[in-house]
Amino acid sequence: MTPGFVLRRIGFYVLICAITLFFAVPMLWIASAPFDSSPGLGVHWPDWTLENFRKTLEHPYAMHSMVNSLLICVTTAVAVTLFAALASYALSRVRIPGRDALLYGLLLLSSVVTGTAAMVPIFVMMFQLGLIDSRFGVALVMTGGLLPAAIFILKDFVDAVPKSYEESARVFGASTGQILRDVVLPVARPGLATIMVWAFVNSWGNFLVPFLLLRSIDKQPGAVLMQTLTDEGGSVNLQVLPVFSLLFSIPVVVLYLLVNSRYGFRFHGGIKS
Amino acid sequence: MRSLSRLTTVGVLGAAALALLTGCLGSSDSGDSGGQDANRNADAKKVELTIGSNSVKGGKSSAGATFLEDVLIPKFVADQKGKGVDVTVKFQGDGSDDEVYKQKLSLDLSNKSGPDLFQIDGIWVGEFAQAGYIKPLTDTVGDAAKVNDWDGWKQIPESVQALGSYNGQRYGVPGGTDGRVLYFNKKLFQQAGLPADWQPKSWDDIISAGQALKKLPGVTPIQINAGTAMGEATTMQGILPLLVGTGATINSDGKWLGNTPQLRQVLDFYHQIYSTGLGDPVLQKEAKGRDKSFAEFAANKIGVLGESDYFWRSVVEPKEGVAKMADRDSAVGWALIPAMKPGAGVKGQDFVSMSGGGATVINPNTKFPQQAWELMQFMNSADMVKESLDGAAKITQRSDVNSEVLSGDPMLSFIADKVLPITQFRPGLAEYPKVSAALQQATADVVAGKSTDAAATAYEKAVETAAGSKDKVTTN
Amino acid sequence: MASPSAPVEGVAPARGRGPARDVAGLGVGRAFGFVAPAFLLIGAFLIFPALWTIYIGITNYRLTGVEAVSPSVVGLSNYTKALNDALFHNALWLTLVFVLGSAIIGQNILGFTLAWIMRRTRPAVRRTVEAFVLLAWILPSTVVAYLWVAFYDRDGGTLNSLLGTQGTAWLIDYPMACLVVFNTWRGTAFSMMLYSSALQAVPPSQLESARMFGASGWQTLRDVVFPHIRGHVLTNTLLISLWTANDFSPFLLTKGGPNHESETVPVYIYNVALQGGELGYSSAISFLLLIANLLVSLVYLRLLRRRS
Repeated sequence: MTPGFVLRRIGFYVLICAITLFFAVPMLWIASAPFDSSPGLGVHWPDWTLENFRKTLEHPYAMHSMVNSLLICVTTAVAVTLFAALASYALSRVRIPGRDALLYGLLLLSSVVTGTAAMVPIFVMMFQLGLIDSRFGVALVMTGGLLPAAIFILKDFVDAVPKSYEESARVFGASTGQILRDVVLPVARPGLATIMVWAFVNSWGNFLVPFLLLRSIDKQPGAVLMQTLTDEGGSVNLQVLPVFSLLFSIPVVVLYLLVNSRYGFRFHGGIKS
Repeated sequence: MRSLSRLTTVGVLGAAALALLTGCLGSSDSGDSGGQDANRNADAKKVELTIGSNSVKGGKSSAGATFLEDVLIPKFVADQKGKGVDVTVKFQGDGSDDEVYKQKLSLDLSNKSGPDLFQIDGIWVGEFAQAGYIKPLTDTVGDAAKVNDWDGWKQIPESVQALGSYNGQRYGVPGGTDGRVLYFNKKLFQQAGLPADWQPKSWDDIISAGQALKKLPGVTPIQINAGTAMGEATTMQGILPLLVGTGATINSDGKWLGNTPQLRQVLDFYHQIYSTGLGDPVLQKEAKGRDKSFAEFAANKIGVLGESDYFWRSVVEPKEGVAKMADRDSAVGWALIPAMKPGAGVKGQDFVSMSGGGATVINPNTKFPQQAWELMQFMNSADMVKESLDGAAKITQRSDVNSEVLSGDPMLSFIADKVLPITQFRPGLAEYPKVSAALQQATADVVAGKSTDAAATAYEKAVETAAGSKDKVTTN
Repeated sequence: MASPSAPVEGVAPARGRGPARDVAGLGVGRAFGFVAPAFLLIGAFLIFPALWTIYIGITNYRLTGVEAVSPSVVGLSNYTKALNDALFHNALWLTLVFVLGSAIIGQNILGFTLAWIMRRTRPAVRRTVEAFVLLAWILPSTVVAYLWVAFYDRDGGTLNSLLGTQGTAWLIDYPMACLVVFNTWRGTAFSMMLYSSALQAVPPSQLESARMFGASGWQTLRDVVFPHIRGHVLTNTLLISLWTANDFSPFLLTKGGPNHESETVPVYIYNVALQGGELGYSSAISFLLLIANLLVSLVYLRLLRRRS
């Protein structure tokens, strides 16, 4: 235990504390404002009350919008994970000409196109397909937008899964289906879980797509509802908004904790190395 | 670089597909409903109508949504049942930012879809009409006499009817309206030795009151909205009321206001306030600056504030307001906005104001135009307009209702009696939002310290781009 | 963090992955079937709208007004307009600052630092720190926006309370710096996770021998660690750069203000499309943003190829 070592240790923990504080401090608002009798846009020690919760639960659409969010985002997350998994496996194991360029091209498109600029085409298309005011339609559009990045990340992940496993399984006479189910899937599961959380989180916060495509108030998800929590002059309803923010964050956190405890939330083996 | 050549291939394929797409854009929008029979389904016994509005229960304009959903629709359905018609009316509420709501509505309308009746901001009437999304009521309903003979028009003042009109034709029935005044904090006025019945007669009077208030510690004397962060609130609460106080309007004889002496006078006034410590320049830039200004006024930190009656009804309102003032009735005073000098205002007025509001219009592509017009009249009958207030005092489109419901509220009666006769409305033209943005930018420049001349020159350039040509802008 | 499934990590450093081999006996037919659903969706909801957007970009289309009924093709004039548009130049420059500051520098360095120092900390500490970092990443963006508005608030904001600088309007006076800090906070988790797994690919024996030769920490990083994770660094930088360049959340904090000082390209596109209603022009700018992204990726691909 040299003094230098002790100093380094102290410095090390100071650094860790500083970083943790940096990440934790901005979250104070959501821990204090929902419980405060006069919530504002600042952070102060709350004057404790549960009145805001009562107001939020009484809100005619707040709780139901969570159900809609869940419907839309679960569909999206499952579809993204399933389709991306299939596609990335095939792309990783079977030679398809122009694969890399295609993947990069799609990745680029997806990051630009899903925003404001494409709202007219997407709307008109969904209108022609009769998918306006359909939660399923919303999930479809979001799935299309998230798939390229999901395939991109998953393919690199599958690339890193050693082929020797599949080879030896095949030597022992396993069918393709068995190999996929019993060899590839277990190894890929943490990656799939991570992608699923990623897709869920991304669709959970999406405002523009559901806003443009849904018409009935009772189908709108939480992200759209949050934008309506204002009065006629555009001032924010500070009694409902903080509580709703808190409640609205719970599903993503729960999902993350669930996935984390089962599989570990990380990119095993790495993306391209 | 194999991948590069592949990308080129993808690009070429894309270009080919693009060629196929050409023409997709206009085709879905073209074609008009002119050929439709206005009496289609006039005798239907089973009718379905949808009302669209940018309001939602528990959110934006909650009261309006509640009225439409819980009062108007059931009553209309019952009324029609009495006539042997089975009507189903759906409410399609939204409650988002006005700009995004407008785009969403436009997307629906451009695809010949959307609600049968919908409420829009008065300043959208022109651009919606230009796009063919809405038609004059007489066209949609098909029978000019039927529309013009509606007895409701007599109760709606000419100036207010302008809200639902474009090029002299009625496109919709206006909803309620509002008016702008200068609010002041009587407690601060007393401390500064200013009268409780303050009524400035010129801009100089406002400045001198500001200088007296400046001596109070921690008080921002004057809040005249400025800058781009407050958006339309800057134009409506600040620039336009000042502009009409110089005798000019933003659009006259088909031309937009350019870099004129009147515009520079307005900008000079801004400069005077924000460069001499009479206003808080930082607040004007904050994304939530307007909310902040409300909170500061309620906390007795702002002396004079220009706002509409919304401020009185919903902001400093003692029980439900967003910035409640328990002593509102005794502490908040109001005064007419003076012209720059007595008699210098538009039409030679001594005092001026600006008003806005919405209108309800009928979708030209509705399946049931006659029934939609029925609903429209029902909605704007004296009974329903009164019911829509739900006991609250608010300025409606109908004079008969106003004289009845506003008597208990001195502030709102003041608006209805003193402000509405002298008020002006914004032009409902497609270029207006851009001109408005240019005006906001000009005040932002002045508040940030640019010279009035530089801001006005930049403004004129922006207006020329917005208007499309120099000929559509007045200069001198 | 739960224990990772061991076998994958052990073999992960198997680099220079050879040609794709169809080891599971998928066959071209089934491979096509696997790819089809994803590409159908992508084709319908991404490529088709994208092509359409490009077409709108050469028209003067608007959603309201005269141009809504009869848009006309204006050729490349939207593009020439963009090239002379001072506000677009401003937006490009701000996007560059935003990407450089918050993604390439902020998220990369903080993410790597976290991954590096967390290797040997106690699991409890590691779990706590990672939980906060990840929470910042997974919270819905609308919620996050309010968190940061409250953090930077001029009156009661946390930052002012901490620093004792009451009345400083951070989002007004230093909008870009605020956004850079915000986005670093928001996105570091991805880099941290990616680098954590990448660092496991560095053979411990090489780190050991570096230490035995008395290499400094910095030398170890440069000569031993970096060559192993070079590919990760590039992939990570590409992804986070693209995401940051197209990130819309600055709008939720500053709306591009004050006076366009934080109006990055996605925010500018939004303002042009919704406030101005000029869909043709906004589509053209979107396409230019796409081109800019493409250029960045090509640079990245070259760098990736050059590695030995």
